[in-house]
Amino acid sequence: MHPAFSVIFLTTLIGAGQGLFLALYTGQVYAFFHLLPQADGRFYAIGSLIALLLLIGGLVASFFHLGHPERAWRSAAKWRTSWLSREVIVLPAFMGVVFLFGVAHSLGWHAALVTFGTLTLDATMVLGVLGTVLCFALFICTAMIYACLKFLQEWHSPLTVVNYLLLGSASGFTLATAYSAYAAPDLVGFYGEWAMVITLLALVTRAASLVRNARLKPKSTLQTAIGVRHGQIVQKSQGFMGGSFNTREFFHGKGAGLLRSVKWVFLALVFVLPMLLLAGGLSFSYGGLLSAAVLVQYIGLLAERWFFFAQANHPQNLYYQTIS
Amino acid sequence: MTQLALVIDLNVCVGCHACVTSCKEWNTSGSAGAMSDDRPYGADPTGTFFNRVQTFEVGSFPNTETVHFPKSCLHCEEPPCVPVCPTGASYKRKEDGIVLVDYDKCIGCKYCSWACPYGVREIDEHQKVMKKCTLCVDRIYDQSLPEAERKPACVLACPTSARLFGDVHDSESVVSVAIRESGGYALMPEWGTKPANHYLPRRKTQIRIHADELMRADNPLKKERLLPQPDKSEPSLDDVTSW
Repeated sequence: MHPAFSVIFLTTLIGAGQGLFLALYTGQVYAFFHLLPQADGRFYAIGSLIALLLLIGGLVASFFHLGHPERAWRSAAKWRTSWLSREVIVLPAFMGVVFLFGVAHSLGWHAALVTFGTLTLDATMVLGVLGTVLCFALFICTAMIYACLKFLQEWHSPLTVVNYLLLGSASGFTLATAYSAYAAPDLVGFYGEWAMVITLLALVTRAASLVRNARLKPKSTLQTAIGVRHGQIVQKSQGFMGGSFNTREFFHGKGAGLLRSVKWVFLALVFVLPMLLLAGGLSFSYGGLLSAAVLVQYIGLLAERWFFFAQANHPQNLYYQTIS
Repeated sequence: MTQLALVIDLNVCVGCHACVTSCKEWNTSGSAGAMSDDRPYGADPTGTFFNRVQTFEVGSFPNTETVHFPKSCLHCEEPPCVPVCPTGASYKRKEDGIVLVDYDKCIGCKYCSWACPYGVREIDEHQKVMKKCTLCVDRIYDQSLPEAERKPACVLACPTSARLFGDVHDSESVVSVAIRESGGYALMPEWGTKPANHYLPRRKTQIRIHADELMRADNPLKKERLLPQPDKSEPSLDDVTSW
């Protein structure tokens, strides 16, 4: 497929925003059970603002993908059948909850709704649960847009969903680590360790999908594409001399060598370097290294998403092998 | 339930592209607006088409065969492009099974083109909406046309009658008979899309001759006695009717 930068920015930005929200709320849940010191409201409020800005950035990027952005409101219509439609509904809902979560923390809505012994459940905790549910739903919707297309065999796998979830969470937790280094130094170790664990998990599942995709056998062949049972079929003409939507939209237009290089680049930038930078930043208590980890990992995720699209081989390409 | 479709006979398609040009001519002149054509005489022409004729070579020399292969929307009975559309702009008509795009609802997200394994949906670069074969829905029901002309433009244009049009759910329709009796098949059956359009395979007219049929046989009616077997070079019975 042709990697569209609008979709690359959409999926990576909202992934980081979702991950950051999950990180903030995980910290709050730990504090709720008295496992961590409670951070002040400002920490959560500004963190939610950063997450919200990332989500807005992704939403803005997505509009560049549309031919008619002014009709985007129509895309909420077919949520019964379309994962894209579901994403269109869940994303604003999640953004709304993140906004309320930030507002609740900055205004200190800590009146106890329910009390269990020493544990007091307040509005921020309830909004956090709601946000977490929507956050996971959004990860599933985003990934299922790709995973539900069965003839794009590289995408049609549960690993696609797991990867979106873990890669988004990894970038969010790394961001939370860098953010807490400046805003809540007590939490740096907590977020940094989680960021490394999730990055490692994401490496395992992303590597699994790379191995899986390397072994894929295409179900469609030129034989089934034109229905002629012969081992040797060669296209002599695709029907036109110039380009068309079919020759542009479904192929990345780069050589196999570049594709291989991008794979190793993203494996280094998303997983290896951020882990080293995080480990360095945590052991030397140096925020600059943690910020570098965020930047490196995000650039790596752009490459990862580019590769994700470029690697998918659409069966329609069988019909467009030779110009003339 | 009606399911309109095309049946394309690869045995008689000569690859003349008349269906391509007549399709473009009819559909670019319709009420839905022109179909894009950029730099038609330039170095890098591009444009939107509903129908293409491709050419494949099967086998290796000297046993090769050229297959001309017209490709347009197959109006699948299980169209994978329809459920993925977030706005409902892509839909399959209940009354005749034609898969259509509502150009006023389409947001141009291209997701349906990703969901079509056949690559028959193309975005119009100027109108920014997804376009595809409509089976000439604006002419097949047009009461102002003579009944014989209420067919898709490509079917009318085909000089070899390689394209048949009709209801594949009606067992006695010309398309159903052709599919049934001439080995009609669907493209990429592995995805379960159940294309309504079918293709008829290349067919060769052959007779099988056994070795004994090449030998001259005596008159089988003459049973009285065995005659000496005449040599093949000698005149046959048919050559010597003066007997």
